[in-house]
Amino acid sequence: MTGEPTGLLHAGDAASLPGAGNTWIDSLRQAGARRFTGLGLPTRKVEDWKYTDLRALSGSSWDHPATPSDPVEMDDGASAVLVNGCWTRGDRPLPDGVELVSLARAIEDEDDVVRSHLGSVASLARKHFVALNTAWLADGLVLKVADGVRVDEPLHVTLAGAPGAQRLAWHPRNLIVLGREASLTLVVRHLGTGDYLANLVEEVVLERGSRLRHYRVQDDSPDAVSVSTTEVKVAGDASYESFVLATGAGVGRNQIAVELGEPGASVRLDGACLGRHRQQLDTTTVIDHAAAHCTSREAYRYILDDSAKGVFQGRVTVRKHAGGTDSHQSSKTLLLSGRAGVDAKPELEIYADDVRCGHGATVGEIDQDALFYLRSRGIPLDEARDLLIGAFIEGALETIGSPVAQELLLDHAMAWRTRA
Amino acid sequence: MDKDAAMTLLSIKDLRVAVDGKEILKGINLSVDMGEVHAIMGPNGSGKSTLSHVLAGRDGYEVTEGQVLYKGEDLLEMEPEERAQSGLFLAFQYPVEIPGVPTVSFLKHAMNSVRKAKGESPLDAFEFKKIMDARLADLRIDNSMVRRPLNAGFSGGEKKRMEILQMALLEPELTILDETDSGLDIDALKVVADGVNAMRSPDRATLVITHYQRLLNHIIPDRVHVLAGGRIVRSGDPSLALKLEESGYGDLVTAA
Repeated sequence: MTGEPTGLLHAGDAASLPGAGNTWIDSLRQAGARRFTGLGLPTRKVEDWKYTDLRALSGSSWDHPATPSDPVEMDDGASAVLVNGCWTRGDRPLPDGVELVSLARAIEDEDDVVRSHLGSVASLARKHFVALNTAWLADGLVLKVADGVRVDEPLHVTLAGAPGAQRLAWHPRNLIVLGREASLTLVVRHLGTGDYLANLVEEVVLERGSRLRHYRVQDDSPDAVSVSTTEVKVAGDASYESFVLATGAGVGRNQIAVELGEPGASVRLDGACLGRHRQQLDTTTVIDHAAAHCTSREAYRYILDDSAKGVFQGRVTVRKHAGGTDSHQSSKTLLLSGRAGVDAKPELEIYADDVRCGHGATVGEIDQDALFYLRSRGIPLDEARDLLIGAFIEGALETIGSPVAQELLLDHAMAWRTRA
Repeated sequence: MDKDAAMTLLSIKDLRVAVDGKEILKGINLSVDMGEVHAIMGPNGSGKSTLSHVLAGRDGYEVTEGQVLYKGEDLLEMEPEERAQSGLFLAFQYPVEIPGVPTVSFLKHAMNSVRKAKGESPLDAFEFKKIMDARLADLRIDNSMVRRPLNAGFSGGEKKRMEILQMALLEPELTILDETDSGLDIDALKVVADGVNAMRSPDRATLVITHYQRLLNHIIPDRVHVLAGGRIVRSGDPSLALKLEESGYGDLVTAA
């Protein structure tokens, strides 16, 4: 099926991309371009996209950015900053055993890890934005943690749009590989101003016994469409923990697909979407229990004001040989306005016996009894509401395992309450 | 304003209140002066809680007639927080559990909201802690209680102690105790009574709303009123409470 026509595919010059002329990278890009030509932009007739409206992306006037001549200076302690999808700084010292380089450079160097993993985790099938990202695959970052290396201090990465974007599209690609028994905490921050499409694809490979805590703050421009696709392969006894805090973008879609490929693998996908005005904030997850005795936990929280809209689609597949699966999923929404709303769609596909799978979804408003109680102690209405919203936020963020990251995300989420 | 009115803290005149179109309070008249403790006793369903909720400003009650003057001002026109800021305090029958709001920060927030409304400077964390620790000691409340989220998972007794702690911190001029004695063991009852008695002064007043006479052994009222069928059917001195304890509400309810 061909979707909405779009100028997104024809917005740049493929011959100028890094590594052009090398067969492996050329054919990867061509496969992406072919797939995207076939798929087009998703419309709401596509099952996965039923609840999110992408009409903001149609039309032909898209540009790919030139590499910014003046890198954005950001004093936020990031180890790498991608401006408009291009690596612009990465000179902060890294812990021993951690390697962080530009994808463009790694492609030109024909890095072994890149050659073996790039495009192998994120599948093109039915994935409109992965296909588009692959067609324009140019830069991003490659993060490798060597076997047995455990880093406590979070590593920070910023994905920024250069100020004042006008109908620009960028497609950064990150590749993250943790060796056996390695562990890392990664905090990715998205920000920008103006009108753009940020189409990030991250491929994550977790080898046996490793653990990645992967936190994201999506604070993109209110006029932007921000799509992040994270695809993860989790080996035996390895664990992937994600928290996505989405406050930005006009249309924000966070899609995560996790394959629990060997016994003992575990995943925790959590997040909070805080929306107002006409924002659409979409979380679409797929967890594939492809091996026995794996664990998955999911908890997404939404706070929606004005005419904001939330979407939660969570599919859990338990394959035939995946006995002993333990899975639970929940979504909770706090609506602050009668015009706000959420679509929650859990999907359980269970083909194995002897599994524990649960799910639950709740939607509610501010507790009027609690509000009255606070006001009866002299706390003004606005402040009482803020306290209760803050309590919901605290509850949403309590599963963040890294105290440093938790504090950072909590500050951002609490500040959301008083933003215009 | 005459001299008597200046002494009157709360004046309720012919107050009629309906809930979902059904009249619950059918013409309440009550006047509470500074320095006084009044008890309102009554059986279940007599309108006791409706009265306390209307005075504190809860939604869902329609005042169809009458007026309530507090310090000479129209209480019913004030928002719940304005009532609290001007010194009215309701100790809830069922304090609300609010997981996620730490008790300490709630207490400080409430105190500073009231101080702000009075034009006083806010307490910093250090000043607040000093006051809170002193009140905790007065009321023999364990410090660990304020480190938990507000009322979350508290036992019935703990919740009532927390109400009394809030009262002691906010130093209200008019305290309304809504069935604060229900479900309390004797130790907790004494904590509540001691807290209320310690607040007794010529420039404050208390309204004790209760089903049972028990609490009135510890908080001796100046006046006792019997509320039945939405009206005050009897008023008298503390001996009225004792009579009720012996003979029950039966006769009075029938009379109403």
